[in-house]
Amino acid sequence: MAALLSVEEITLRFGGIVALDGVSFEVEAGHIAGLIGPNGAGKTTAFNVITRLYAPDQGRLEFDGRSLLETPAHRIAEHGIARTFQNVNLFTSMSVLENVLVGGHRLGRGTGEKEARAMLEYVGLGVRAGDLAASLPYGLQKRVEIARALAAKPRLLLLDEPAGGLNHEGVEELGDFILRLRDDHELTVLLVEHHMGLVMRISDHVNVLGSGRKIAGGTPADVRANPDVIEAYLGSEAGP
Amino acid sequence: MAAFFQQVVSGLASGSIYGALALSIVLIHRATGVINFAQGEMATFSTYIAWTLVTHHGFSYWPAFVVALVVSFLGGVGIHEAVIRPVERGPRIRVVIVTIGLLLVLNGLVTWIWSGEVRAVQSPFPARTIDVGGVAISWQDIGTIAVCLLSVLVLGAFFRCTKTGLAMRAAATNPAEARLVGVRVSRMLAVGWGLAAALGAVAGMLTAPSVFLSPNMMLTVLIYAFAAAVLGGIDSPVGAVVGGLLLGVGLNLLGTYVDFVGSDLGLPAALLVILVVLLVRPAGLFGKPRVRKV
Repeated sequence: MAALLSVEEITLRFGGIVALDGVSFEVEAGHIAGLIGPNGAGKTTAFNVITRLYAPDQGRLEFDGRSLLETPAHRIAEHGIARTFQNVNLFTSMSVLENVLVGGHRLGRGTGEKEARAMLEYVGLGVRAGDLAASLPYGLQKRVEIARALAAKPRLLLLDEPAGGLNHEGVEELGDFILRLRDDHELTVLLVEHHMGLVMRISDHVNVLGSGRKIAGGTPADVRANPDVIEAYLGSEAGP
Repeated sequence: MAAFFQQVVSGLASGSIYGALALSIVLIHRATGVINFAQGEMATFSTYIAWTLVTHHGFSYWPAFVVALVVSFLGGVGIHEAVIRPVERGPRIRVVIVTIGLLLVLNGLVTWIWSGEVRAVQSPFPARTIDVGGVAISWQDIGTIAVCLLSVLVLGAFFRCTKTGLAMRAAATNPAEARLVGVRVSRMLAVGWGLAAALGAVAGMLTAPSVFLSPNMMLTVLIYAFAAAVLGGIDSPVGAVVGGLLLGVGLNLLGTYVDFVGSDLGLPAALLVILVVLLVRPAGLFGKPRVRKV
């Protein structure tokens, strides 16, 4: 299978700080790819590069064989890339339904309210359609964000710490949900997550970042056994 | 009692003008976080355009009104593209200072083109009054209230029911995220400036018949509009309109029934309103207090 997304030798500096240092990885179509690493490793920064919020200093970024580096952020959705944020990033003063409507607004005619409502049903929030987005509890806001991302009919979905704030059962459910999502919507998923159990369970491939560099990549089993990965995590948080 | 109601109605009329201008201020504030100090002068400019069309080009009132709205919309978009957009990224104070510069430039431009002469403007509404339960209400007041509220409702429907309106609200609430779902944020801001300019033009054209047309005619109205916006909550469109109406009625009653206020102390009273609201309830009547997530 061909790579849907390929990140090649991406370097990004903020002043003197090197946030990403020659990072390369590929995400194959139909895969769920995990992106893990200790805090500050550059995972969210990588997301921001892929969605064109940050312009890298060096490197290439290709989606479906075409370079993304000339694409402005507002056209990313058009190309078929959607994302969620680490700290939920909804249009708080708008209703849940309106949030999802905005998500699909590029698709023009035909993707109206009906599809937005269907998407809300899909994530189990049909009855909350009219509520103000800000009034929902955090966990449900995360689902609104996913519905909004899906409304754009993406081919690649970037999920930034979807398990944040969830309890054990919640994480289990989320794992099943992401797998179902991938199958139902023929998605490719790139997942940034601290919850190792979740990443190892659902990912086809895992890339590990440490201090802005890629330190490992492979199947969950490979990564788990990699001594560099174990070292990167030692003394920080839950080991792999 | 009839006199009281008469004052209430005429207060509602001036209040709806304050409300319309306040709403145009709120529109821009919501989208960009800045106060457009040139909003009043933009309205004055639009009013002169309508006046010129009527007096020199043989337009009747309402066609001139519509043309002035369209020109104002385009002018608002143009102002955004030409002078606001270049300074939009970066500290907000830069945009604020640009709007103050814009105020001076537009004021000078109006004086230069049309001279500072004070001119009488004919009202589009009949000069008669209508008797409602013993209260004589002027058509001028009724017409003003109707046109302002209609403009506000049309604008509200636009924001609620159209895709562009939805995208504009998204751009105003969360520009970075809006960009990622494909909203062209800068274009939306330009449309916002256009709409604000058109709404301001409505306020200006309705003000002119009662205060005469002059380059400085919107100066005090702008202060009242600021007070209205602050009273209603600077981020709340509904608040701006309600704040305008409350302020209009309040000031009118104050001027009528409290001897020493008269018509001269309206402005200080408005400033007092701004001060008290900011001290007691900074978010205004309808605004939500800002909570910053850490």
